[in-house]
Amino acid sequence: MMKRDECFEILARHVTEDDIVVAIYSSAFDWITIRQSPLNYIFTGAMGLGSSHALGLALGRPDRRVIVLDGDGSLLMNLGSLVTVASVAPPNLYHFVSVNGTYEANGGHPIPGQSVVDFKGIANSAGYPNCFEFSDLRQFENEVASVLGQTGPVFAALEVEQGKQSVLDYKIMHGAKTREEFQAALNAK
Amino acid sequence: MIEPLTRTDDRLRGSSIIAAVKSAGINIVLSVPDIWTSKGLLFPIADDEELRLIRVCKEDEAVGISAGLFFCGQRAISLVQSTGLLDSLNAMRAMGLQYKQPICMLVGLLGKEPDVAPRDSKNVGVSIIEPVLDAMGITHHLVDSEADIPKIRPAIDAAYEKPEPLILLIGRRPDAS
Repeated sequence: MMKRDECFEILARHVTEDDIVVAIYSSAFDWITIRQSPLNYIFTGAMGLGSSHALGLALGRPDRRVIVLDGDGSLLMNLGSLVTVASVAPPNLYHFVSVNGTYEANGGHPIPGQSVVDFKGIANSAGYPNCFEFSDLRQFENEVASVLGQTGPVFAALEVEQGKQSVLDYKIMHGAKTREEFQAALNAK
Repeated sequence: MIEPLTRTDDRLRGSSIIAAVKSAGINIVLSVPDIWTSKGLLFPIADDEELRLIRVCKEDEAVGISAGLFFCGQRAISLVQSTGLLDSLNAMRAMGLQYKQPICMLVGLLGKEPDVAPRDSKNVGVSIIEPVLDAMGITHHLVDSEADIPKIRPAIDAAYEKPEPLILLIGRRPDAS
């Protein structure tokens, strides 16, 4: 089983300074530990809406890649967004979902359909033209550049378990300063 | 925020609402269809070359999309039914109130009786809307006739300037004219 933080460390090597990364909850805390950037969009507010925020950003800034680091429990709350995103078909949106089968941020309880739900299949059926899934770290390392080289919307399910525990700093996540720094960085160029 | 009805004007043109929304710099509309506004607003918006219509599956998606667009300097508005507004309240709580984003919505008050103030409606789906918004501290205005059209642009501009969320309640079925 891949560790989520190890996946993100590999992914981070392929993220440029112009990319926007929308990361939600547990994924967000791992991501900002691994790759600090003012273009980290970690303030999605209500659970499940990460992909919807990303769609707005992808439409608003078609000149940038928008990479979503979603969770399986979060995506289950907003499965319709897969259909919406696929329908709009932003070529610059890359949707990674960490599939750990649990509501990690809420006590580690199992998601409905744990080990049964086929997230790649759902995304494919929703209309995402390019869908992937990874459960082997070396394979992910070898193929992630190709995944990010596809025309979006792209979907990739990452079969993971929690790695090192990141600091859960909700003041950073919810603080106005983080949003202001994102806005300034986005407006800068 | 309480706006008692003081008139009996029975016309509300969809074209007037659309023109006011466009004059406020809105160029994207996010919508789940609502029979209250279907003919007078959604069909004309779908045909309007100056507006991009994005059909979403569930109303709270529109809140997230609007927030992303806001950071990119683009103005959007959602067109939903009052039921959809109620379904979106947690997203509005987070993005509109906690993060102070200008999430703007046109909300069809399905079942509001003519010349009855929304909170006096016999339809509970209508009567609770303004009290709920008041309890959350969300600015709202009733658009019930042509006389209310001049409210729209200033209200949207104010929402973006502050910034804060805004709900425009569509009190009667707009004409498709």
